[in-house]
Amino acid sequence: MAALSSPLRVCRGILKELRSSKGPGYKQTLAYYFVLDQFRKNQVTNERHCRARREALHASHSYLCLLASTRHHLTLHKLFHGKGEREPEQVARLVGLQLPTQPGGKGWEK
Amino acid sequence: MLINLVRFQRQVGFVFSKCRNRDTWLPSVNHSKEYSAAALERKKFYQDVSISQGEDGLYEINLDRKKLKTPAGKLFTVPNEALAIAVATEWDMQKDTLKFYTMHLTTLCNTALDNPTQRDKGQIIAAGLKFLETDTICYRVEEPPGLVELQKNEWDPVLDWIEKRYNVLIGSSSNIMGPQIPKETKDTFHQHLRSYNFWALTGLEFIITQLKSLVLSFGLVDRHLTVEQAVLLSRLEEEYQIQRWGNVEWAHDYDMYELRSRTAAGALFVHLSSESSTVKHKLLQD
Repeated sequence: MAALSSPLRVCRGILKELRSSKGPGYKQTLAYYFVLDQFRKNQVTNERHCRARREALHASHSYLCLLASTRHHLTLHKLFHGKGEREPEQVARLVGLQLPTQPGGKGWEK
Repeated sequence: MLINLVRFQRQVGFVFSKCRNRDTWLPSVNHSKEYSAAALERKKFYQDVSISQGEDGLYEINLDRKKLKTPAGKLFTVPNEALAIAVATEWDMQKDTLKFYTMHLTTLCNTALDNPTQRDKGQIIAAGLKFLETDTICYRVEEPPGLVELQKNEWDPVLDWIEKRYNVLIGSSSNIMGPQIPKETKDTFHQHLRSYNFWALTGLEFIITQLKSLVLSFGLVDRHLTVEQAVLLSRLEEEYQIQRWGNVEWAHDYDMYELRSRTAAGALFVHLSSESSTVKHKLLQD
């Protein structure tokens, strides 16, 4: 298995993501408490070398990947994604025209 | 041209995922028959997100005072706290408009709760296993030699790992028919998949559809690969071409991040739905 980053790095990464998306109030979010709590609980105790620590690390790494990639995806989307087509009304208004109104509605509507 | 291509990719990608998860919006939104852009976004109508524990120990999400519901109108319940917090964070992170295409965990929970295509476990397993015959990892090219080499170096270790782990035989082939999967292999996987619960299977099938490979999905769920590694291996040929011909940010990166976020959501969903943690306190010795 390839090396996962250390728990400290993953934890800091997650907290950084939370901070970048929530702003200054990120310390009051549920996720903040939960993540810190989980990391504290899953520290390796000297009782048993448990497989659970590796599992928790993988899960937290996945969550970090989720947060980071959603953020990047959204950034790229905002930067590059097209706005879609304009409505015909808007297009007409662009050139200074107005769509005619038909009192009975167009034949194929409804 | 740029914008059309991105839009086309987005629509194709999105429609494909839409065919599986038809519900990505709240029930009170009027959605038109085709998936217009207006239906994808909605104004943010709440300030606070919190979770609460209801009956049976299931967790619910509260947006301000209202309880979140699935698109089918059912109450949105989650079996464990970690997943509930993750979903609440997704809702919390939305600014001004709700972008449902970024809320992958919510989508997965909706699918698992509503089961819009009304499948049972057996059908999901069968659908997943069918992917094995067209598994990405098993399809090798014969030229260019750089790509052949890359496929051998990157994909063969994963194949070896899964063959050893599950004691099965999966070959790789370079002809158009693909590898012949023996029946024992399918039976072994079938048995293994039966041990997952319905939620975990929903997530697992989602990952398989995203990565286009059963082997890679198993590698990810069994924690042999990280999400980034699995995505890289799934997109191996694209990465090769990118290295050769250059990267196009608005297509390649966009796709990669979208794939990564979906796969990560799927992996997290599977792990959170199938784990159970117990805390054993050390007894105090007097």
